[in-house]
Amino acid sequence: MPHIWCPGCGIGSAVSACITAIQRTGIPPRRMAVVSGIGCTGRVAGYLNLDSFHTTHGRAIPFATGLKLAKPELNVFVFSGEGDLFSIGGNHFIHAARRNIDLTVICVNNMNYGMTGGQVSANTPLGARTTTSPYGNTEIPLNLPSLAAACGAVYVARWLSVDVRRLARAFEEALLKPGLSFVEVISPCPTAFGRRNRLGTAREMIRLYNSQSVIRNNVHPDETVIQEGQKLVLGKFVDLERPTFQDRLAAAASTGPAWPAGKGSS
Amino acid sequence: MGGQAEAVLTGEHFINGDEACAEGALAAGCRFFGGYPITPATEVAERMARRLPAVGGIYIQMEDEIASLTAVLGAAWGGAKAMTATSGPGFSLMMESIGLGVITETPCVVVNIQRGGPSTGLPTLCGQGDMMQARWGSHGHYEIIALSPSSPQEMFDLTIRAFNLAETFRLPVLVMADEVVGHTVERVRIPPAREIKIVNRKKPPGPPGRRPPFRPGRNLVPALADAGEGFCLHVTGLTHDERGYPMTDQVHQDKLVRRLIDKIRLNVGEILDYQELYLDRAKIVLVAYGSTVRPALRAVRLLREEGLPVGLLKLTTVWPFAEEKIRDLAGKVEAFFVPEVNFGQIALEVERCAGGRARTLAIPHAGGGIHSPARIVEAVKAGLGRG
Repeated sequence: MPHIWCPGCGIGSAVSACITAIQRTGIPPRRMAVVSGIGCTGRVAGYLNLDSFHTTHGRAIPFATGLKLAKPELNVFVFSGEGDLFSIGGNHFIHAARRNIDLTVICVNNMNYGMTGGQVSANTPLGARTTTSPYGNTEIPLNLPSLAAACGAVYVARWLSVDVRRLARAFEEALLKPGLSFVEVISPCPTAFGRRNRLGTAREMIRLYNSQSVIRNNVHPDETVIQEGQKLVLGKFVDLERPTFQDRLAAAASTGPAWPAGKGSS
Repeated sequence: MGGQAEAVLTGEHFINGDEACAEGALAAGCRFFGGYPITPATEVAERMARRLPAVGGIYIQMEDEIASLTAVLGAAWGGAKAMTATSGPGFSLMMESIGLGVITETPCVVVNIQRGGPSTGLPTLCGQGDMMQARWGSHGHYEIIALSPSSPQEMFDLTIRAFNLAETFRLPVLVMADEVVGHTVERVRIPPAREIKIVNRKKPPGPPGRRPPFRPGRNLVPALADAGEGFCLHVTGLTHDERGYPMTDQVHQDKLVRRLIDKIRLNVGEILDYQELYLDRAKIVLVAYGSTVRPALRAVRLLREEGLPVGLLKLTTVWPFAEEKIRDLAGKVEAFFVPEVNFGQIALEVERCAGGRARTLAIPHAGGGIHSPARIVEAVKAGLGRG
């Protein structure tokens, strides 16, 4: 199938894993909806034969919130990149997790803004070179699992894009779990980030990420920081139960004061 | 949850414009409100927060105005009639989402209770400085529909009309009110539900797969399938073809943008709404909208008592603009006077359409209140050289 992604990009594997996961959940495709933002990962929406919404930069999560609340029988997932979801979109992620809206957020982290040619992002490692950090990035990147857990996400995991088996399982769990589920997918970007940091071919980047990562399930999310000299920590870190936004809304409406029935002003 | 209370509170109420707007939305079938507090629109959100759960709807307070309107767009695709309400600073934040709503042809209502601007300006006081922003605020070239209520009763009536227009023409429809109309407390009559005309989005006639989702009907508007109906829609903010998939080239840009513009321009007869008061044989016409209508009408009566042939054109729809009406009047009158709580925005439209055949004079007001009738009378006389 022709698509816009570069050879070696991890988004394709992530999409494959996602499709496998959807099939395994047994949820009929007409009940699934995907919402994406802007960027390479944002283009995912156009390649999935589901009700798909390619929205504005950073705003996939509030769009998905409205969609889910208006039609709760839909299984709505957000599939977008780290720049879209956590730079411009960061505030929306924080609040969706806090509210525990029943959404799955799949975030492909390739450590730069790839679509626009490879600029620095909130997930670019310290010291890395990009077109807008030509002297080396001077900012510490986010620790996405830690942020997600701190904001209240009920499911938090991180895997490599190449690990389609574990990814599919994580996606399946996330899609079936009520509340805000978050899966970070570490992906190579050989064309932009990789090239500028001399990380070699796509295959070499994947081997590098593989050899420099370690699976530590259930470790505290604070230990999943991405830092030079430390292995990249993969795994499932959070999987707990919490009432969703809709659970609480239903409870409040059934116990709170009803508007006085009939006529009259306030 | 909910469903027990009445959505249509038939009867006479003594409420302010914001509250009347909320009741109009509920009467129109609005069941989703994505809100954020901002003076002087907060009461719309508060009323919706109380009323929606009881009628089986959802109120959610989002983290900012960007999220509010974006959530409204999402809810619309989930099949809901959805609305948000804000004022100038929030309206500015919503601009990108308005563009997304326009290009994806998403029906929804955005209420702006205008206040003094620019920037934080006068949070608690009247302004009408967002009128051109309503027309041109989002990037790119597009047409928009904007209604301007001049009383709490019109806040109720025109919010219903806004939803009907949104469902008919598939786009965000703006209700451009202002702090005076929003905070004026007056009698509002809510009719029985059966007397309220409601328009719902046209659904595709056949099953999925029959027809490309963005192929327009005869009025240039495509039928709207919601998510979850098996259509596997693709909805994107990128320029797209009738299937909905991105086609980013000149040919598709021309086709899509031209249709989105024509969708409004060619249907203007159905959208335009204005009232002519004392226009028969008038030689001087005041053009007013929103809160300015009341003092303008009083000024017209005062001037007529002095023998001046003055009439009033009340704009209820401000966008699209009543171009033909102004052109027609320009051939018959000496001058247009446009009092507005800004330094001349709709006045520019009047002047453009008058084409030099009649003079156009703005009667500005920086904001913080509305014109007094006396001030309008003075300005008209001064403009006519009869100070």
